Amino acid sequence: MPNPKRRHSTRRTALRRSHDFLTATGLSECPVCHEKKLPHRACPKCGEYKGRQVLEVKEAAK
Amino acid sequence: MRHRNAGFKLGRNTSHRRALLRNLVTSIIVEDRVETTVAKAKAVRPHVEKMITLGKKGDLHSRRQALSFLMTDTAVTRLFETVAPRYGDRQGGYLRIVRTGFQKGDGAEKAFIELLGAEKQLDEKRQKRAEVKAKKREELEKQLEEAKKEQGGEEAA
Repeated sequence: MPNPKRRHSTRRTALRRSHDFLTATGLSECPVCHEKKLPHRACPKCGEYKGRQVLEVKEAAK
Repeated sequence: MRHRNAGFKLGRNTSHRRALLRNLVTSIIVEDRVETTVAKAKAVRPHVEKMITLGKKGDLHSRRQALSFLMTDTAVTRLFETVAPRYGDRQGGYLRIVRTGFQKGDGAEKAFIELLGAEKQLDEKRQKRAEVKAKKREELEKQLEEAKKEQGGEEAA
């Protein structure tokens, strides 16, 4: 079985991992309830999209 | 290159896909709004538009073509009598897809697809549903209270 010839330095590992990161989700604000929501989607909190109530939302959540 | 790869396969073979799309188109025409995944919504859109085009033509041949695609006769009559006349001055773009969230289980993105110009009917429908729900809840609460009273009475006796 092939095996690594040399041990990797911590620097090499760190350099490789310098590109391993997560990016934050781009969120937009609901114009009605000012909750953060995903853009181009109906607001899960208040059920509005483009000035119209489009979803049924539980009253407790409102 | 994704040349000549237009369309959606939806992980189904031809007959399964055709049946699914026919069912979805029929439901959209009957109900004005259907909730599915984004991919399915995008896949049915052109089929619904073709049906509405047939409905706008309104002659016997197009009615027969619609009958051969849609699953029920009621859908065809609704298409020709109530749905198609809404779009007299519109050339396509009869549907709206709004993304609503993610499905539990497989995380697929959900959306609803609805016919333009059906907002009034849909809002009325939703109101009716809410009323029915409220009524049901009231009845349930009443039953619960009665049950509680009965239990309390038994304990007292």
